[in-house]
Amino acid sequence: MKSIEITANSVEEAIKQALDQLKLEREQIGIEILEEGNKGFLGFFRTKQARVRVTEKADAVFPAKDFLEEITRRMGVKTNVQIQEEDEYIKMTINGGNNLGVLIGRRGETLDALQYLTNLVANKHSQERKRIIIDAEGYRKRREETLIRLAARMADRVKRTGHRVVLEPMNPQERRIIHTALQNDLSIQTLSEGEEPFRKVVISLR
Amino acid sequence: MRELVEFLARALVDLPESVSVTSHEDDYSIVIELRVAPEDMGKVIGKQGRIAKAIRTVVRAAAAKDENKKIIVDIMQ
Repeated sequence: MKSIEITANSVEEAIKQALDQLKLEREQIGIEILEEGNKGFLGFFRTKQARVRVTEKADAVFPAKDFLEEITRRMGVKTNVQIQEEDEYIKMTINGGNNLGVLIGRRGETLDALQYLTNLVANKHSQERKRIIIDAEGYRKRREETLIRLAARMADRVKRTGHRVVLEPMNPQERRIIHTALQNDLSIQTLSEGEEPFRKVVISLR
Repeated sequence: MRELVEFLARALVDLPESVSVTSHEDDYSIVIELRVAPEDMGKVIGKQGRIAKAIRTVVRAAAAKDENKKIIVDIMQ
């Protein structure tokens, strides 16, 4: 992450120079004012220079936002992507348009593809890997609720019949939702079987 | 669709100037041919073709809106 200190006649001027040097936009940086500086009196007295430290923000974020908005535009859906930085990941929410279903796809497969490609582009030039999660129309949340209900129903079936239940193939995030949902049920156990991308959760009696 | 593939490929590779995309279509299908620098092949294919699959998924979603034709994205050697 780039960071520089600039001294100039005013804080504004120092920030402007820093942006030029770093080749960044205003919203891509954090600003720390080290010295306010003052203009002096009518220019007669010695002026005190302003000094600022400008630091590039989590550099993965902005190219990723542009990339995602640009793909969706080219897919024929005009969107506005909102960014929320969490400790572990960056959440990007796709807003706008009435065609967001196109961006989600069957079982979220298009959303997952967009998320995968955006992660690749965002982390292409940065050593520090930032995980990006993309959502639209609250799909991820709804899918999580569906999976939790499914997990409970299948766990009941296992207990009733004594037979193990093999769920359909899921990606790692979805499998984790199932494992987590059932981890406190001591009468059953869950594990994953098979190879990606066909890995499945298996629920059985403990 | 050609422009979408080109945009995705350029964003993924190290040598965007070497990306070229052509497309031709008949009554039933649109075939999009993507060419990248040899050292960038992995960047558009990925382990077990995962990147190529994601590109195809996005392109198919984009096409589904207004095309009834089958879309094929070929990555050329």
